[in-house]
Amino acid sequence: MSESIEQSQTHSSRYADASLVRTKFADTIEEIIEAIGEVTLIAKRDGLVELLTFLRDEPSLKFNYLSDIGGVDLGEFASPRFAVAYQLYSLDHNHRLRIKVFLPEDDANLPTLSKVWKAANWLEREIYDMFGVNFEGHPDQRRILMPADYEGHPLRKDFPMKGY
Amino acid sequence: MQARELAVPTTSTSTFSPISMLRKSDPLADTRMTVSLGPQHPSTHGVLRLELVLDGETVVSAIPDIGYLHTGMEKTMEKEKWQQVVTITCRMDYLNSMGNDLGYCLAVEKLMGVEVPERAKVIRVLLTELNRIASHLVWFGTHAMDIGAMTGFFYAFTHREKILDLFECATGARFHQSYFVIGGARYDVPDNFIPLCQEFLDGFPSLLAEAKKLVTGNKIFQTRTKGVGVISKEDAINWALSGPTIRGSGLNWDIRKSEPYSGYETYDFNVPVYNDGDVWSRYLVRMDEFHESWKICCQALERLRTIGGSVKSDHPKLKLPERDLMKEHIDVMIHHFLLASEGFTVPVGEVYQSIESARGEIAYYIVSDGAERPYRVRVRTPSFVNLAALPAMVEGSLLADVVAVIGSIDIVLGDVDR
Repeated sequence: MSESIEQSQTHSSRYADASLVRTKFADTIEEIIEAIGEVTLIAKRDGLVELLTFLRDEPSLKFNYLSDIGGVDLGEFASPRFAVAYQLYSLDHNHRLRIKVFLPEDDANLPTLSKVWKAANWLEREIYDMFGVNFEGHPDQRRILMPADYEGHPLRKDFPMKGY
Repeated sequence: MQARELAVPTTSTSTFSPISMLRKSDPLADTRMTVSLGPQHPSTHGVLRLELVLDGETVVSAIPDIGYLHTGMEKTMEKEKWQQVVTITCRMDYLNSMGNDLGYCLAVEKLMGVEVPERAKVIRVLLTELNRIASHLVWFGTHAMDIGAMTGFFYAFTHREKILDLFECATGARFHQSYFVIGGARYDVPDNFIPLCQEFLDGFPSLLAEAKKLVTGNKIFQTRTKGVGVISKEDAINWALSGPTIRGSGLNWDIRKSEPYSGYETYDFNVPVYNDGDVWSRYLVRMDEFHESWKICCQALERLRTIGGSVKSDHPKLKLPERDLMKEHIDVMIHHFLLASEGFTVPVGEVYQSIESARGEIAYYIVSDGAERPYRVRVRTPSFVNLAALPAMVEGSLLADVVAVIGSIDIVLGDVDR
């Protein structure tokens, strides 16, 4: 059985050419990965806000729409433990880009993007609630889906499926 | 941990601390009144709770409190096999279950590199658009009722019932169909589905005309909605609104057009856009979408008559082997056994697939570690993101308008809380 992945004809999401920012943000960008037609830009935490602000404002990229922020727990014993993926979309150029940041468990902090996109406010709150990632400078970092007095972060892999 | 301490209420009587914080900093706090709207209020469309600070009848601030319906669906998905996840996705946005299943299936198909047969694509488009009409009918009925137009509700639900009957005919279930599978549809539609669907589609335009007469032309309804809950195009983009909510703010963006899937690029339909950004504009967008979805359904039904063939991909991971072969070859038998007991695996990787649901952009960010279960399924639900902009729409308006605005962004709390 072939395990090869090919870009299927039916899926037409276009991903942007990220090489433009590669040299400009050489310190922030670690790697650019292209798989199944999707481009992932692995970035460091330092300079993340500047990178994303540039991606939003640069006329040839113009990622003005923050589609989603998603968290991933890579496992209890993984280092770095968490990954946070920003899904950007450009309404003007109709292309997408994914920025991914890895975070160690003992320093799970990220700068907030709520000043760049208002939509980031709730999306970051959800990641804080579900994974315990702290967003520095967030205007209103509270739990959003779980009760305020809840203990633990449910989407972490060491959180039992049946709850505590 | 510092931020967590903030979130824990200091007194046992108050479980929602930010309001008390807000009131302390407000010099006019004594003259203001805090009203808790919901979670059982019928106009909140489920279990949304809004903490409203009022100055007379004017809303000073609104803080949505969500999570009442949170059941940890994303967590549960991690323990289900790839195929079993569709039984959860259709329960998230329960009014648009077909669209949710479709998005998930497309994402996994993209990860696996599977091509779906033409007939399955047509069935998918037809049923998803019927579901969009059904979802919009619920919105139409409840939104009009919130504002005081009771009669429209009965017309809308009568016709929604007919669509649910069609779903029952095609899939066996009315509400949580779980009909789309990875690689196509679970089985072909029965023979009597096409005439029944034709009958519904023939009668639908007359309903639309009636509904428009009942509500659209109603002076009271117009007064209640025009200029209410305005959000500008720039703000709508900044808040990442999607679907009819952003199209009511003058942005022509529909994922069916911009990033077509399931062959939407071959259908002839328009994207209705209105520019005022108020409740009335969003109402008009959805009313026009009835007609556009109906147009797509008519075209898809025509294709269903002519396009034959299988409705499921014959990818070896997705199709069970033939029984005759199983009797002769032990390796085919083993393959069947493993597929039926353990399920199939999906190559290592990550995928982000967006589609246009009835409420906006629903997207699945799926991470696979090569196992028979998804490692992580993140769902970007349109209601969650759209609801975040509610305070921006209602602050400064009247209390009665809050209900109109909630109806106009058409949230489903199952979709918000997951």
